[in-house]
Amino acid sequence: MIEVEGLTKRYGATAVVDDVSLRLPEGRLTAVIGPNGAGKSTLLSMIARLMKPDTGRIRVAGLDVASTAGEVLARRLSILRQENHITARLTVGDLVAFGRFPHSGGRPGPEDARHVAEALAALDLAPFRDRFLDELSGGQRQRAFVAMTLAQDADCMLFDEPLASLDIRHAISMMELLRDLCRNKGKTVVLVLHDINIAANFADGVVAMKDGRIEAVGDTGEVMTGERLSRLYGLPISVERNGGSCIVNYFRSRD
Amino acid sequence: MEQGAETRAVAGGRLWLAAGGLLLLALASLFVGVADVTPSALLDPQTRAATLEALTASRLPRTAALILTGSSLAVAGMIMQMLARNRFVEPSTAGTIEAASFGMLMMLIFFPGAPVILKMTGSAAAALVGTAFFVYLIRRIPAHSPLLVPLAGIMLGAIIGSVTAFIAYRANLLQSLGAWRNGDFSLVISGRYEMLWLTLAFTLAAYLFADRFTIAALGADISRNLGLDYEKALAVGLAIVAAVSAIVVTTVGSIPFLGLVVPNLVSLAVGDNQRRALPWVALTGALLVLSCDMAGRLIVYPYEIPVGTVFGVVGGLVFLFLLLRRPARAS
Ligand SMILES: Nc1ncnc2c1ncn2[C@@H]1O[C@H](COP(=O)(O)OP(=O)(O)OP(=O)(O)O)[C@@H](O)[C@H]1O
Ligand SMILES: [Mg+2]
Repeated sequence: MIEVEGLTKRYGATAVVDDVSLRLPEGRLTAVIGPNGAGKSTLLSMIARLMKPDTGRIRVAGLDVASTAGEVLARRLSILRQENHITARLTVGDLVAFGRFPHSGGRPGPEDARHVAEALAALDLAPFRDRFLDELSGGQRQRAFVAMTLAQDADCMLFDEPLASLDIRHAISMMELLRDLCRNKGKTVVLVLHDINIAANFADGVVAMKDGRIEAVGDTGEVMTGERLSRLYGLPISVERNGGSCIVNYFRSRD
Repeated sequence: MEQGAETRAVAGGRLWLAAGGLLLLALASLFVGVADVTPSALLDPQTRAATLEALTASRLPRTAALILTGSSLAVAGMIMQMLARNRFVEPSTAGTIEAASFGMLMMLIFFPGAPVILKMTGSAAAALVGTAFFVYLIRRIPAHSPLLVPLAGIMLGAIIGSVTAFIAYRANLLQSLGAWRNGDFSLVISGRYEMLWLTLAFTLAAYLFADRFTIAALGADISRNLGLDYEKALAVGLAIVAAVSAIVVTTVGSIPFLGLVVPNLVSLAVGDNQRRALPWVALTGALLVLSCDMAGRLIVYPYEIPVGTVFGVVGGLVFLFLLLRRPARAS
């Protein structure tokens, strides 16, 4: 469970996150959507204590983020940022194993090895285990970072655009994996998504942001309507429901 | 899993092999020099006493000093590269060596009677301040200009170095200054190098922090996400670097660029996971310095070329090779 109250972040006079309050219950997959510069990354960074808010309170799994010790929080909350540029030469296996640091404190046991192996397998990375990160493709590298975050096995996992540079098959299988974590392990997963079709078909709930404010929040079916999305992105968008799946069409009125 | 364990075992075997190589080289180093120290002289009862004397008074200290200096300077360079997240940083491109020299000069001028350990502490404190200022500077340099980082460090070093030289000139201590900058092991005798053993403690401490340094190298955000106290890891790393630099500078003198060449070489071979790389860095640093010093003793026998000069050539060539082959890998 993530609770955010009156969260604000300003750069100079402009509030890039403006008095945001949210409750994201556990066991749910929440998608954060919105145009570039809406404040999605800033919101996630503040929840994950990477950035200090100007005002507001954040509680994750009952812990106050501002005052809880870093190593305690690291077992309950994890984040993968939008961009991860590293200069150190590490293998995929090493990187994923560092995800266990909050649990192992540097002395990994069998439980840690199991989590690492599972995370590698879940992201199709087992064959790349001994490869250096700088010897991978962009999508493979992105999967390695996601695997690291999975291995951390926190109750609340935040991902900022985890699907960036993934092919469709890996994007779908990652979404299935995350949904499975919510359903069967009670994890709370929050991800920033630009692919609103994926959001419409996989998320339990959606937070729509624009100009630092929350435009809409609720169950996916409620938020993902043609009218709302058109307003959010400033583009004619329609939502077509087709059996179990939902297609967000933004090509409709191009003719 | 199985495979991982197997490659680890193979890598561990190679490490022991390299350690064995270092031991052999160290043994050989005992018998290289002007005074006639040979295994047979050691066995002959007539020459045994004198030979043993030469061995314990000068050859053993010299060999130990070379190994300690080589390994600790290389490890210091590695730590700096991890913490600064830049491959071109080492004590001599970050103002550390110059700051350590400045500190030592101040101690010589203001506390000439202080015991060596106190002088060294003063030097280490200055090195710490200088390096911390360097870190403060480079945090303001955008991440996409990696070459600006060592450039800023070299300029910082030049400023501190000039001030130090001016003061040393006024105080008639220019000669000491030169000795601190360029490592020379020909004067190492028992009783004058023992402080170097302290670097061993700092190298071991670095190994204890290996995981933390690797995580810190992933950046402040990933560190915080993993619950690592990033600032503390940074402080511990800088303290180790400052202490090692001060000890080396004030006992035998620095060996420029050793801390640059060795970690880059090791990174290419085994990567940057400190737990794996650090022993390799220490061994390679020791091997390189020891062999350069031995070469210096042999090339113009019975005269000597200082190790810094020999390493300048060897290290320069190795680094050029590294620079040229880097782009060959896809980035
Ligand atoms: N250091 C900064 N100084 C000033 N403004 C900033 C700074 N960092 C971010 N901003 C502004 O804050 C706003 C929100 O940025 P944020 O990264 O949260 O957007 P986002 O919703 O994640 O966008 P995207 O979809 O492009 O990732 C943007 O308008 C951005 O220009
Ligand atoms: Mg963003």
